[in-house]
Amino acid sequence: MALVSHIAEEQVSTPVSSSKSITLKIFRYNPEHDDSSKFMEFTVPYEKWTTVLEAILEVKKHFDHSVAVRYSCRQATCGSCGMMINGKPRLACFTKISELDSNVVTVEPMNNFPIIRDLAVKFERLFDTHQKIKPYLIRDDTELETDEREFLQTPEEVEQYIQFANCIKCGLCNSACPTMATDSSFVGPQALAQAYRYVADSRDKGKDSRLKIIDESHGIWRCHFAGSCSQVCPKGVDPAMGIQLLRGYLLGFRS
Amino acid sequence: MTNDENKEGIGGMANPRRYGIERVAYLLMRLSGLGLLAYFVAHIYETSNILRGQVGWNEFLELTQTTGGHIFLAIVIGMCVFHTVNGVRVMLGHGGVGVGKPARPDYPYDPASQNYRHKIGIYSAIVLAAVAMMYGLAVMFGE
Repeated sequence: MALVSHIAEEQVSTPVSSSKSITLKIFRYNPEHDDSSKFMEFTVPYEKWTTVLEAILEVKKHFDHSVAVRYSCRQATCGSCGMMINGKPRLACFTKISELDSNVVTVEPMNNFPIIRDLAVKFERLFDTHQKIKPYLIRDDTELETDEREFLQTPEEVEQYIQFANCIKCGLCNSACPTMATDSSFVGPQALAQAYRYVADSRDKGKDSRLKIIDESHGIWRCHFAGSCSQVCPKGVDPAMGIQLLRGYLLGFRS
Repeated sequence: MTNDENKEGIGGMANPRRYGIERVAYLLMRLSGLGLLAYFVAHIYETSNILRGQVGWNEFLELTQTTGGHIFLAIVIGMCVFHTVNGVRVMLGHGGVGVGKPARPDYPYDPASQNYRHKIGIYSAIVLAAVAMMYGLAVMFGE
């Protein structure tokens, strides 16, 4: 216990030493209390390796602890810290300040997601649409009923979908999508890419039911192949490719 | 200030500056589509002037013989050519043609669907539209 408190004291008392600093503009808005949003500016020191998330945590630690931000893993795995950084959706933990080439870094909540407070947004709709496309293997049998005990795949079969299995549900693609910007009912690139992930899986038998779900007026046909979703994906999922390949099934180009 | 859903709205949808040439092509495609729809309606009105007889028809045609009329028609030519060429690219993409093949992504994760074939298609549509506009202007002003 004494050791823990010693470490804590050391962290708090660690002096911040850096010759470089940026102005961090943080979006502040609480829908329950505020009539309008505002930006608060902080001067934050940074090093070559400092991420935007670390800069925000620096503000919380030394200037204003009330800044609301969601984060967890700090290594682009949990998908929690998506936000608009200098106008583009990015993961705060995956974006170095030195890579932004700007003395002013502006952070805002992700577009097309309802705001909880400041930089934290609601993910209910993303999770709802993700669940809607049945993100699991659909089969009549199970491994337990077969002699093989598992459903084997060739490396080529795995290649068909493994890229899309990298999705961390961070929501950056939905934030960048121009259709999501105006259509609240659109399924969105995240869910559509995940629909392809399971349709392309050789173990899955639920292709027809998934295609039926997305073949509707606010479904796959609202995608106009702007490609912004793929440009902002931090895991290389390329939702635009998945959506076009998925549409190929509906148009009869693929079977 | 913010709407409940925090949607970017039409301003965000129509902002072409953040996501490369593909987003520019998306915007031009939408604008040219709306422009051609408006022209289609106007064209029906224009040709209906033939019901006013030869004099009425000639009076209306004179509108297209002005400098403003020539520029308007040149813009229509540009919209038509861009919408056609880029439309072929988009239709092929929608069928999964030329969007790359799924593969394990490597950092820095350049998206395969935004490949050089599609970029060439977009730039070709823009260049062909510009050439067609210039040819149209040369013909109209050269009369």
